[in-house]
Amino acid sequence: MPHEEDEIIRKRQRERSRLLAILLGLFVVLMFAITIAKMTINR
Amino acid sequence: MTSVPLHHDQSLPADWRDLLALTKPRVMSLVVFTGLCGLLAAPVAVHPVLGFTAVLCIALGAGAAGALNQWYEADLDAKMKRTANRPLPAGRMTRQTALHFGVGLGAFSVILMDIAANHLAALALLASILFYVLVYTVWLKRRTAQNIVIGGAAGAFPPLIGWVAATGNVTALPLLLFAIIFLWTPPHFWALSLFVRSDYANAGVPMLPVVAGIENTRKQIVLYTLPMIAAAIAPWAMDLTGWIYGVASIALNAIFLVLALAVLANKATEPKAMGPEKRLFAFSILYLFALFAALVVDRWVI
Repeated sequence: MPHEEDEIIRKRQRERSRLLAILLGLFVVLMFAITIAKMTINR
Repeated sequence: MTSVPLHHDQSLPADWRDLLALTKPRVMSLVVFTGLCGLLAAPVAVHPVLGFTAVLCIALGAGAAGALNQWYEADLDAKMKRTANRPLPAGRMTRQTALHFGVGLGAFSVILMDIAANHLAALALLASILFYVLVYTVWLKRRTAQNIVIGGAAGAFPPLIGWVAATGNVTALPLLLFAIIFLWTPPHFWALSLFVRSDYANAGVPMLPVVAGIENTRKQIVLYTLPMIAAAIAPWAMDLTGWIYGVASIALNAIFLVLALAVLANKATEPKAMGPEKRLFAFSILYLFALFAALVVDRWVI
């Protein structure tokens, strides 16, 4: 595989991994907030 | 379905920006807005976190439907100037990636809606995604000039879903909101398809101007505008909203009717001379934003 193409693949993988990590973090926060909101309503 | 020649390098992962483009962010803005308005117009107070999540789910569901639409229509998009640079026809992504992304996003949005709101809202969201993908994209779009008329129902779901997420039930007002967008879609899209009809004709999509002619399409625009006006004024006439919505609705619908009649009066066949069509198309977007904004202002001010 040419070196340049290898660089592009690595770059895209890095970007996607970072983005996925951020989205997963936000999802955890959102699930926590939903749980708290539901508990508040039920109370 | 015709298969698309795959120019994409299989080893190259898709750029995240192309995955985002697959969700049709511009279309999503109107979907999010009408969904939010449906939620805010409901006569119950919604917890901000749950309201935010419901609107997020509507946006993700619309994004999933957009991605699956592009997955199925890659061959069609490649033939039209307007869509040729989308990630799939431009060869920046494999069709399998688009399919996996669309199905995954759709499933996620429905499950999250079920957790945050209720079963009925999740069911309505699922129905809207399936309707857009299966009924409109796969079944109707390439077969009939009525594709936009029936397919318009998919875009009419968001305010209904927003309302159901807030209340858990369906009443007359959300059904009227559904009817407004359902009846607004044909004049909106036919105005567009009049001045880009060569694109649709080249791609073999049986849009009304291609199949039934320009003059007939102009008549149909006015014919659909009339029931749309009735549906848009009905919430006020039926005392489901207050005077703010009533005044805004009458003013916006009067302008819409004048612009639709200007389209009917126009005899031009060249896109360059289709000023009235372009004005109606541009105003129709503003119309929907303003009408739904008036609904929310009316609900919270009075």
